[in-house]
Amino acid sequence: MIVRIMGEGQWKLADSHFAELNALDDELLEEMESGDEAGFRRTLGALLDAVRRMGSPLPDDALEPSELILPAPDASLAEVREMLSDDGLIPG
Amino acid sequence: MSGVMKRMGMIFRAKANKALDRAEDPRETLDYSYQKQVELLQKVRRGVADVATSRKRLELQLTQLQGQSAKLEEQGRKALALGREDLAREALTRRSALQQQVSDLETQHRTLQGEEEKLTLASQRLQAKVDAFRTKKETIKATYTAAQAQTRIGEAFSGISEEMGDVGMAIQRAEDKTAQLQARAGAIDELLASGALDDPTGMAKDDITAELDRLSSGSDVELELQRMKAELSGGSAKPAIEGGASSQSAQPQDRPDFHKR
Repeated sequence: MIVRIMGEGQWKLADSHFAELNALDDELLEEMESGDEAGFRRTLGALLDAVRRMGSPLPDDALEPSELILPAPDASLAEVREMLSDDGLIPG
Repeated sequence: MSGVMKRMGMIFRAKANKALDRAEDPRETLDYSYQKQVELLQKVRRGVADVATSRKRLELQLTQLQGQSAKLEEQGRKALALGREDLAREALTRRSALQQQVSDLETQHRTLQGEEEKLTLASQRLQAKVDAFRTKKETIKATYTAAQAQTRIGEAFSGISEEMGDVGMAIQRAEDKTAQLQARAGAIDELLASGALDDPTGMAKDDITAELDRLSSGSDVELELQRMKAELSGGSAKPAIEGGASSQSAQPQDRPDFHKR
């Protein structure tokens, strides 16, 4: 499966890695919904690190759709919350 | 419940084509757009393949019908040879019906061939466009990356200029301080000269000079006094010393005064 980290690029990961990623991802969502900024930052960092560690980066000119997308490393809780609001990631 | 990355993925896919230019990273949207074009190209190619398959199927049917037609013609010929004109007529009637089908199929075949050629051409044109877009996309991505790098360089430069600014400030401060010191020195000179400040630097007149000055100022006083007395006693404007030294006709009351001294 291909995961994009926004502003960074894409990584290809084996399906076997998704249990770990999903656990972190669900934790991240919970922290975002509860407004736990510190926890959110910590979990986002851990999730991005896990993707980078377990995945192999795709070359820049590769053309593969991302099945999963992660916020940029410096994205704040508020920004991610806004992206996931009704208006969505991209307004319009 | 789906996590952040799943939801972002879904939202991104749903929204990306609506506002490509407002997405987080133009490179990402270019890739997305290219991907869409490739998908379209694949659809067109599938269309071409479908039409070609239909054409093949028609060709097979035509071959089959032509075979049947030939067979009926042969049967008609045999029936005539055997004196069975009725059978021959039946065979030729069926053959005629088949020929009509063959003619219809041939028309369809030509239409399909035309469609296939048009689609093939469209596919080739689209392929060229997609290839061109890919090149352009890579150029834009490279330009964007370069622009990002340039921004970083710009930021570094502004950092340097800030430091240069600091240096400038230091020079300015040094200049200000120098000017201030010079002004202060000038003011002190003036104050010393005016006597408002005592000179602590040993620039004051020494004792001998002071005594000489005192003496000179004392004799000036005496000379002035004499001149005034001379004026009062008889209008002679000559200094008393001069009078005393050069004229014997000087008045007697002048002399004792002079000698008192």
